[in-house]
Formats: sequence, structure tokens, C-alpha cells
Amino acid sequence: MTEDTITSRNRANIVGDFLWTIGPILLALLLTTLALIAIGADPAKAYATMWNGAFGSAEKLSSVMDAWVPLVFCSVGLFITFTAGLWNIGIEGQMVMGAIFATWVARTFDLPAEILLPLIFVGGALGGALWALFAGALKVYGRVHEIFGGLGLNFVAMGVALYLIIGPWKRAGIASTSGTEPFRPAAWLPNFPGMSVGPIEIILAIIALILVYLALRGTLWGLQLKAIGKNIRSAFWLGIPTSRYMLGAFALCGTFAGLAGAEQAVGVWARLIPSISGGYGYLSILVVLLSGFRAPLVPLVAFFFAAVTKGSIALPLDLQIDSALGGVLQGMIVLLFVLSQGVRSKFR
Amino acid sequence: MDTTFIILTFASVLAESAPLVFAVIGETLSEKSGVTNLSLDGTILLSAMVGFAVAFTTDNLYLAFFAAMIVGALVASIVAFSSIILKLDQIAVGFILTLLCGDLSTFFGNPYVRKPGPAVPHLAIPGLVEIPVLGKIFFDQNVVVYLSVLLIFAAWWWMYKTQPGLKLQGIGERPAAAFARGANVNAQRFLYTLIGGALVGFGGATYSLFVKLGWSYHHTFGIGWIALAIVIFGGWHPIRGAIGAYIFGGLQSVSSFAQSAFANVPTQVFQTAPFALMILALLFVSNEALDRFFSGSPWSRRVWQSLRGTPPGALGTTFEQE
Repeated sequence: MTEDTITSRNRANIVGDFLWTIGPILLALLLTTLALIAIGADPAKAYATMWNGAFGSAEKLSSVMDAWVPLVFCSVGLFITFTAGLWNIGIEGQMVMGAIFATWVARTFDLPAEILLPLIFVGGALGGALWALFAGALKVYGRVHEIFGGLGLNFVAMGVALYLIIGPWKRAGIASTSGTEPFRPAAWLPNFPGMSVGPIEIILAIIALILVYLALRGTLWGLQLKAIGKNIRSAFWLGIPTSRYMLGAFALCGTFAGLAGAEQAVGVWARLIPSISGGYGYLSILVVLLSGFRAPLVPLVAFFFAAVTKGSIALPLDLQIDSALGGVLQGMIVLLFVLSQGVRSKFR
Repeated sequence: MDTTFIILTFASVLAESAPLVFAVIGETLSEKSGVTNLSLDGTILLSAMVGFAVAFTTDNLYLAFFAAMIVGALVASIVAFSSIILKLDQIAVGFILTLLCGDLSTFFGNPYVRKPGPAVPHLAIPGLVEIPVLGKIFFDQNVVVYLSVLLIFAAWWWMYKTQPGLKLQGIGERPAAAFARGANVNAQRFLYTLIGGALVGFGGATYSLFVKLGWSYHHTFGIGWIALAIVIFGGWHPIRGAIGAYIFGGLQSVSSFAQSAFANVPTQVFQTAPFALMILALLFVSNEALDRFFSGSPWSRRVWQSLRGTPPGALGTTFEQE
């Protein structure tokens, strides 16, 4: 084969990849537009509102980054569990538990910020890891599929958060679901001036992504984890301690989810609220699926999803359109993308 | 506690478990043929919303239930198409559909939130309702509840007492062998997944038009996941699955009593109790320690195995017909 044919084939592949990615996105946009027409809304106005809601001002862009950070953290964790062939749907609850542990640290210790903030993140990581280990133990020792174990634990974690907010951690005098008392200022993550996002969490998320990407690609651990994901039985016969590795994958994924939860508590809300996980755990599963399991694409996909999520918040206020439109668009895109991948490989 | 109270409790458990029964039987049929429709929670939400919306606008309950069944079958057809023809991961597609259908229900359901609408009318069966105790429990309900009970036995009869039912078990257990015997495995799987989805959709409409009237944000609160877990708990058997649904319904009404006893615990905490219960139930039926405990004598082992059941051998796998 000459070099020419190789490059032309590569080019055909790149063009094909591009068309098979952009096609489903355009089709999803078309279907979402039809949905808007069906309810009698003006699609152009709706999209303009979403665009403004996401990029209209510096504060709005920073709120997009508020969603981007947990999406990247959770996606990083999910790469580990997906590599091991595990569906860690419990990631949402692991985020919540991370936020709960972080809140406990923030409420308990009166320390200067340089010590308190790292401690808060350690606490969050621990909470997420423990909650993930719970789902992992149910799978490995109890033979409960991780989807059910994780999903059940999501609801339990949300129940715990709500109980703490209304009960032991309620604001002085009033018990309301709006959240706990704000943390002391030492527990606030420093932000860019006038914005809700700061440099620390963005840098941490990118470092996490690079580290996990390299570890999964370039280490024996990553290879062994991949072996478990491809065929757990032969991995076991190869001498890989599969149970321990699976528990480890859960714990690591939970660690990143816990960091995301802690970041939401100290970086965005400065308190614990009932919906602290914001659905970002579930959404990050879609991010990873849409990235085609390619980690370098995650920051981009996560940014797109974060923009759609935050942009759609303005819809009910300005146009009386339900903000679920964002979720409809995201779900449509991922569904059509996955289906088109299937069509492509079937008729190749 | 007097007998009337107990009778009323049983009657209400039978009635309120009806959506769960439809969903469990529907999913059992689908999984028995080898296809996991994981989208249940989203399907139920969307069909509950569509059922209520159609009833609200047309005032025609037949049309409402029909529309809900179509929605269920449509979602199931995506699952069937992607897993049987495209051979995609059933979990991935099912999970995406769960989220997507949930958001679709919120988006399109927005105008119907907390609107009063029609409900399935009460219909006592004359004569039978006079039977002491049982009459009040079983024959003082509505058509949908009668259908849910009939469906349990119809599904059991179909699966275990008819020729096509035997074929259904074959395509789910050993598709290659069933194919060699002349069964069109993939066409059958497609069909059962669609029927299963339609039943799930019927269950969704039962929710919004009878059990919890009307529509609100995430109206059915995770019931689809519960149904999926009950299919496993019931060992992929329609009668055991239905018993699972009724046990669950019973525990729910117990917990609503508990709720009034512990007034200082917020209701939202009680709402999460079913999911803790779900984990415990799955732990119970799949635990190795219990396996060992019951394997002491051949007798106890047989009883235990018949109690817990095993998944269809080819569940979640694809089959290439040549």
C-alpha cells in the first residue's frame, strides 16, 4: 500500500467520522425544533434565549463552567468504571455523599482556608469513594447488579442529604429545603472576581482528566482493568484479582464524583442544598457516551452539555417553555449518535 | 383493628399495585425473550403523561390508554431495533431512553401539571361483590384492576401452557436451539419487546388515570426502576413477579402508616425507603450465603431455587440468524 492511499483512506475516515457525528446532532436539532413547533413555541427565539442564557455575559459563561467542572470530574471517574465494564449509575449519589462529607468538614473545623479547603476536598473524595464502595460491595459480594445497587443508593443519598438539611443541619430557627446555613468564608472556594467559578477547580478537573487518561492508556493497571472490562473470566484466569480491581474502580470513580460534589458545595453554593448533585452525575454518563469513550473529547462535550443545561434555565422565565428542553436536546443527540454508530458499523 | 379495615387495606394494595403489575408482566415478557428494556422508568413517565394528556383533551379513556400503549411500544421498538438489529449495548440505549423520556414527559407535560382530569370509573361486579370478604377485595374495583389480575394469569398460561409460550422460553434460554427448531428468534424477540413495552405503557396510564391522578413533575417517582428490580426478584416468573409487586404495595401502605407515626421525619425521607427496600430484596434473592444455607439438603435447595429463579440464559445477548 502506498503512502497516498493510506492518507486518502485516513482522510475518508476523518470525513466519515465527522459526518457520522454531525449528522445525528443535526437530526437531533431538527427533532427538538419540531418539538418546539409542536408546543407552539418559536424555535428561533428559544435557541436565541438558550444561547444568551449560556454565553450572554461573563457571569453566564461562568455559570456554564460551574456545570462543566462536575461534568468533567464525573466523566473522568466514569472512564475508570467503564474501562472495567461497570455501569456506575450510582455516580449521582456518590456526588451527593461527597457534598455531605465536605459539608461536615466545613461545618466542623474552624481552620484557615489553606488547610480547610484541602481538608474539605479530602472529605468529599472520601464520602464519594465510600458510597461507591458500597455499590461495589453489593455487586462483588452480594451479586446485586451495579445499576440497581447504584440507583437505589442514589435515592438513599438524596434522602440522607434532605434529612440533614431539614433535621440536624437546619438553619437556626427555620427548617427549610433551601439548604443549610452558608459555610464560614474560609470554606469558600476562591472565584474569579465577580464570578461563581475560580481557577482551582478548573485546573484540578483538567489535571484529573490527564492523569486518568494516561493511567488507563499507559500503565499495567489500566491494561488489566481493560482486560476485566473485555472479559472478566479470562482476566481472572490470567491472575488479575478481579474483585479487588472492580472495587478499586468503584472507589476511584466515587473519589472523583465526591470531589465534584464537594466542589459544588464549597465552590458554587457555599452550603449544602437538596439537589446539590444537579443531575450532573447522570448527565456525565451521556457525556462519556457522546465522546465515544475518547477522553480528550470530554472537555469539549462537557462544555457543550453544560452550555445547553445552563442555557435552558432561561427558557421558562423568558418564554414559558419548560427547561427540560435542554435535556430533550441532550438525550436526542446521544441517542441518535449511539444509534448512528450502530448503523454505521452494521452497514460498513 | 377490625376486619373492615383489613379488607380495605388489602383492596387498596391490590388497586395501587396495578401499574406495577402491568409493568412487571410487560418487562418479564420482554426479558423472557432475551431483551432487557432498561428504559422502563422513562417509558412509564412518558406514557403516564401522554395517557393523562389525551384523557384531558379528549375525555376519552379508551383513547388515552391506547395512546399510552403506543408510546410504550414505540420506546420499546427503539430498544428492540438497537439491540436486535444494530446489536448495540442494551444498557446504554435503555439508560439514554430513560433520561430522554423523562425529559420529554416534563417538556410536553408542562401544560397539564396539576390539572384536574378524568379518572377510571369505579365498577363493582354485581353479584360477585356480595361474596363475603373476597368480594370487597377483588370485585369492588375498576376495570383496570380486574385487567391487571387477569393479565397475571394470562401471562402465566401463555408462557407455561401454550406452544408459542414454550417457544418464547426457548428463544430466551437457548436461541440457537430454538432457531434450529424453526423459530424466527429475532422476529419473536421484536414482537415480545413491543408487547412488553405496550403493557408498560398501559401501566403508566394506569398510574396517572387511577392510582395517582393527574400529572406533575416526575409524577411516577422511580417506579420503573422498582418494576425492573421486581422482575429479578420474581425470578422472571409472572405470578412470582406479581406477588413481588403486591408485597411492595403492601409495604408501601405500611410505610404510610409509619409516616403518620413519625411525624417529625420529613416525607421526602420516606420516599426513599422503597429504594433501600429494592436493594435489600435483590440482595436477598441473589446472595451466595443464602445459597449455601439452603443447599444443605436436596429438599431445601429445590425449594430455594424454585423461589428465586434464574435469569433467561440468553438475556441481554444478541443472536445472528443465518
